[in-house]
Order: sequence, then C-alpha cells, then structure tokens
Amino acid sequence: MKIRTILAKEINEFFSSLTAYITVSLFLIAMGLFLWVFPDTSILEYGYASLETLFQVAPWVFLFLVPALTMRFFAEEKRMGTLELILTAPVSQWQLILGKFLAGAFLILFCLLPTLVYYFTVYELGEVRGNLDSGAIAGSYLGLFLLGTAFCAIGLFASTLSSNQVVAFMLAVFLCFFFWSGFDSISRVASLGAVDFILVQLGIYEHYVSLSRGVIDSRDLLYFASLTFFFLLLSKQRLEGARW
Amino acid sequence: MIEVQELTKKYGKQVAVDRLSFRISGGNVVGLLGPNGAGKSTTMRMLSGYLLPDSGTAAVGGFDVVKESMRVREHIGYLPENNPLYPHMYVREYLHFMGALHGMKKDRRRTEHVIELTGLGPESHKKLGQLSKGYRQRAGLAQALLHDPPVLILDEPTSGLDPNQLTGMRELIRELGKEKTVILSTHIMQEVELLCRHVLIINKGKIVANDPLPALVAEGGLEDVFRRVTR
Repeated sequence: MKIRTILAKEINEFFSSLTAYITVSLFLIAMGLFLWVFPDTSILEYGYASLETLFQVAPWVFLFLVPALTMRFFAEEKRMGTLELILTAPVSQWQLILGKFLAGAFLILFCLLPTLVYYFTVYELGEVRGNLDSGAIAGSYLGLFLLGTAFCAIGLFASTLSSNQVVAFMLAVFLCFFFWSGFDSISRVASLGAVDFILVQLGIYEHYVSLSRGVIDSRDLLYFASLTFFFLLLSKQRLEGARW
Repeated sequence: MIEVQELTKKYGKQVAVDRLSFRISGGNVVGLLGPNGAGKSTTMRMLSGYLLPDSGTAAVGGFDVVKESMRVREHIGYLPENNPLYPHMYVREYLHFMGALHGMKKDRRRTEHVIELTGLGPESHKKLGQLSKGYRQRAGLAQALLHDPPVLILDEPTSGLDPNQLTGMRELIRELGKEKTVILSTHIMQEVELLCRHVLIINKGKIVANDPLPALVAEGGLEDVFRRVTR
C-alpha cells in the first residue's frame, strides 16, 4: 500500500518533469535510427528478418538512459531535505526503495513496449511472412527488461551515495558499464587461468546473451534477480548507515 | 509523554548531544532553546527516528524510538528544520501523499480541515514551490498535523515569517498545545514567553536549564538566563 503511494509519486514526478517523455522518445529515436536508417546496422540493408540490432544496441542506450532516470531518486530528496520528511513518516526503508525501484522498472517497460512495433514490421516484411525466430525475440525482450531493472537497481544505489545528481549519474554509468561488460573484458586478460570462467559468469553480458537465444534458463533469471536484489540491499544498508 | 535518558549522539569525534535526560508530560508546550549548534535539531531528529542515538534511550508515548520506531512515527507530527517540501506538488496533492504515507485513506474532510486550521485556504490551489515562505511554513505544519498525532515536534516553526504571520502561527501553536504535546525550538525569546509552559535550554549538547517558564522569568528574565547559562 505504502509502496504504491511512493510508486505513484515517482511516476507522477517522471511525467510532470518531462523526464519520462524525454527518456522514452530518446530511446525510441535512437532505436529507430539504428534499426532503420543507419546503413551499418539497418535491418533493411542487412536483409535478414531479425531484430538482433535492437538487442545489441539497446543495452548501450540503457547504459546512459537508466542512470539518467535513477540519478534523481535519492540524490534530489537528499538535496531538498525531503528525505528527512519521508524517513520520519511511518514508512520502512524497504518500502521506500521498492517504490522507487518499481517506478524505474515501469518506465523501462514503457520504453520497451513501443518497440514491439518493430517486431510486427519485421514480421510482415519477411519474404515469407512471419519468418523470424519469435522465441529468441521473446527471450531477448525478457533479457533486455531484466538488464534494465538491474541497471535501475544499480542507479538507485548510486543515487543514495551522493546528494549531487551528476555524481550519482556518473557513478551509475560506471557501475552499470562495469557489470555489463567489465567482467567480460577482465576475463580476457591472459594469465587468469580458470578464474576467467567465474568472471564471465559475474557479468551481465553472458547471461543476457544466454537469454537472447530464446532459452529461459533459471540460472540466468537467478543471476539477474540476485544482482538486482544485491544493489537494492546495498541501498538499504546505505540508508540505514546514514542514520548513524 | 516524552522520556529521554542519557541520550548521546556523536558525529565522528564531535559530541552533538551529550547524555541528555529530560521528561515531558502530556498537554504541554515545551521550548527547546540553545545557541546554534547546541544539538537542538539533532535531539529532535533522534526523537523523530531520523537519526539513531549512539547511546541512551528515548521514548515517545511509551514507545522506544529505536526499537519501536514505526509506532513512534505514528505518534509524532514532525516539522524538520528548514521545512523541506516537494516544490512541484500541489498543496492538496502533498497532503494526500503525506497522509497516505501515514496509512490514511484519502480523507477530503480531514485535508480541508487541516487546510482551514493552518490558514492555507487562499493559497491551497497552488504548487508548493509557488508559495511564499509563510505559506510554505503552514504547509509544513499542515503535513505534521494531518494524522492528528498526540505529539508535535517543530524545529524552528516560525523562522522567516513576517510579524503578521508570526502572530498567526503562534496562535495556532498555542491552540494545538491545549490538547497535544508540542516541542518547539526557536531563537525568539518573546515567543517562548508567549507560548511555552516549560523551557529546556541546551548548550554544547548538555542540558543547562530545565525549568517551568515562570521560574526562569523570576530569575531575571529568559534572555538573561539564556545568556548566563550558554556562555
């Protein structure tokens, strides 16, 4: 109930401050350009009925967009002092964190929904109508959504670290980047031996690719759930720590 | 109503509140005085559950501020220092939001009652960011009153108000003090003489005076006492 109150307030803020409109339109413009206009990545030039480009480019766009959404969450409440107001109301830190997190997840969903149009376009455009791998696309969408929510949790945590939104944004981008491809890159450093397998498993990339094959593996789901929960837990620790 | 025992809070090495002990019984307006940095706000923040004490205990309405923080919060209406508000929210939207956080169902009559009580009426259709300082202060107080708490903790409720607004605000606080326990901090001595029945003066985190107002007035006036004990 109180989570819903926080959720409603955050979504309201997204839409009244134009953040939501700008984020969603930037995402869609970027996606539209990559998928249909830029010759290097255009589906029309490529000639295959697939949405691979979408799922390759979208994580990189999310890398910047999601932190831009989440940087406000706690940084602004701290700067304005309203955090004191909320944290002295009978609301638990978890309720506050979950309300804000769900608002972010909702907006990510809101970004992704319009891209279903691309799916139907490619579906219709195929030489043999409907000749595309719908299972893989469904898996990719799930992966992309989970990646977005993981970024959202990371960004929310970064926002608890500073009362300056720009600092929160930079920290979030860095952390998201590190989890997205950092582990993967480190694992390729030679001389790590058997550790490289573990490092790859720690990064988002491996699990994202695995889901995009269209096989919903419980290990990947578990990975995303734990990563998201881990950063929400860190945020909670951070809020609790600030009371001392 | 409020019982504080040996309450201590440190920020790093600096001791902000130093083994503070006092009791406040119900239906009383208590003035919390002290120079800037004496630990007034820190004390109020510990009572409201925003900060945790390093040692000692405090209880509001019989509930411990650390172990039963949620119950304490339900019992308290809190106006933080500098009265933080969401500038983009409309007055009623804000009150409904804060009410919902206190677990209240959307209650138009209660909201309108509080708006009338605090004199927000003429400005209640505006956004909080568009309000003048005086009306913003009223909105902060309205938020604290909304769930009808038995205890009000007001951190400098009258700072930055013009003389007319001051009078209105003081009348309201005096009215509220008839049925609620009010702790307010202020730097204006006349205000304390007008409003409070009991006075606590803290200096460098320690209690230096804990007396009924008439006793302090008899000692040579509040201002003299304040200067003497906080030097």
